[in-house]
Amino acid sequence: MGKPKIACYWAASCGGCDVSVLDIGSKLADIVEQVEIVFWPIALDFKYKDVEAMPDQSIDICLFNGGIRNEENEHMAKLLRRKSKILIAYGACAYLGGILGLANLATLKELFSRVYRETPSTVNPENTVPQPTVKVKEGELKLSPLLEYLKPLNEVVEVDYYIPGCPPIGEKAWEALIALIKGEKPPKGTVLTADERTVCDSCPRVKEEKKIKELKRIYQVIPDPEKCFLEQGIICMGPATRGGCDAQCIKAGLPCKGCFGPAPNVEDQGARMLSALASIVEVNSEEEAKRFAESVADPAGTFYLFSLPSSMLKRRVK
Amino acid sequence: MRGWKLVAEEFTPKIIGFTCNWCTYAAADLAGTSRMQYPPNLRLVRVMCSGRVSPEFVLKAFQLGADGVFIGGCHLGDCHYIHGNFKAITRYYLLKKMLQQFGIEPERVRFNFISAAEGEAFTQAVKDFTEQLKRLGPLRPSGGEGSGEA
Repeated sequence: MGKPKIACYWAASCGGCDVSVLDIGSKLADIVEQVEIVFWPIALDFKYKDVEAMPDQSIDICLFNGGIRNEENEHMAKLLRRKSKILIAYGACAYLGGILGLANLATLKELFSRVYRETPSTVNPENTVPQPTVKVKEGELKLSPLLEYLKPLNEVVEVDYYIPGCPPIGEKAWEALIALIKGEKPPKGTVLTADERTVCDSCPRVKEEKKIKELKRIYQVIPDPEKCFLEQGIICMGPATRGGCDAQCIKAGLPCKGCFGPAPNVEDQGARMLSALASIVEVNSEEEAKRFAESVADPAGTFYLFSLPSSMLKRRVK
Repeated sequence: MRGWKLVAEEFTPKIIGFTCNWCTYAAADLAGTSRMQYPPNLRLVRVMCSGRVSPEFVLKAFQLGADGVFIGGCHLGDCHYIHGNFKAITRYYLLKKMLQQFGIEPERVRFNFISAAEGEAFTQAVKDFTEQLKRLGPLRPSGGEGSGEA
């Protein structure tokens, strides 16, 4: 038996996931001894046709990062699914849709208009907007058409495992891969490298009574480094978010943004966080409740920062 | 599929209602035993407290094809669990704000304080809400299995 074959691919992502794979530093050299990397666009020179030429099921593990935003992403997801024994949605975008998924709150038309016309830094007097095909004197250039909305990987193909995080923790991810290679088979759909509890569970901050009068944003105050963020009136996604990150952000002085996705048994991370936040506010009248709701600057963007395309509503309804 | 639906030309909104055991559900009961009339569009779910109504319930209802969601609880200060309805209305207003970002009219969720003695207020709320949803028309969430038919 040869070395296990590994593939990495990026769809609609920022590249941070690929970097996280490299994050383990010199240990990577040892790992590369044990496995054979057969496809990895960001690091190695393989072409799509090389993947197409591989027999089906010939890749042992494929790490797929990024959401599905255009036809090329979708094509590659299907192709890699066919060629791989184990397909892992790697990182928040492939797993949940990710930050790019916030664009699902707008239609494609609105997005183009915003990006190519309206943003303050845009100067585009000729109204140049990318087209799927463009004729230049050398021939015809093609660009993969965008899909109407961004989808998480499991909406397009069957996914075996998930590795959460924006980006995932490289070291833990490799450990999980090595375990899979050795033949450990967690139940299908398992979220690897993660806890069965929330971020709050691994958060070292002091938690007393959760009761707040009003919200504060991180630029308005200097947060107490020992005390629970929520108790200071700063939105922290900890209560609705799956743990496993060792509360890295919180230890660095920033509240949780929710990149590990919904906590176990939570279907909708955003709704759950909305619920948690509203229940710690002290209100004495309907007016105060209304005022509090008004003070939350961007509820959808805050509560669904990483999980909008996999939430119950998935995207703008109309 | 019920007979009345087959012949109905007019849009008949589907409403899911969550009412608290102690006040609004009892009001619905009172309306029923008093033979008060109100539109048949509401499907009631009894919960122990309006504070039990997670925003997930509301989103789930929309996902499965509801056109509107009604929440009924005790008057402020009357909650059987003291603070439940305060939590409920805070969630309610925050959820309304968030639904707007998803392109869902905030009027599709309605909260009413209705005590066990207010059967009349309950029927009125259902009438008003049904009329309002008729004006808004159907909601068909993209992620929903519901198409307004069931």
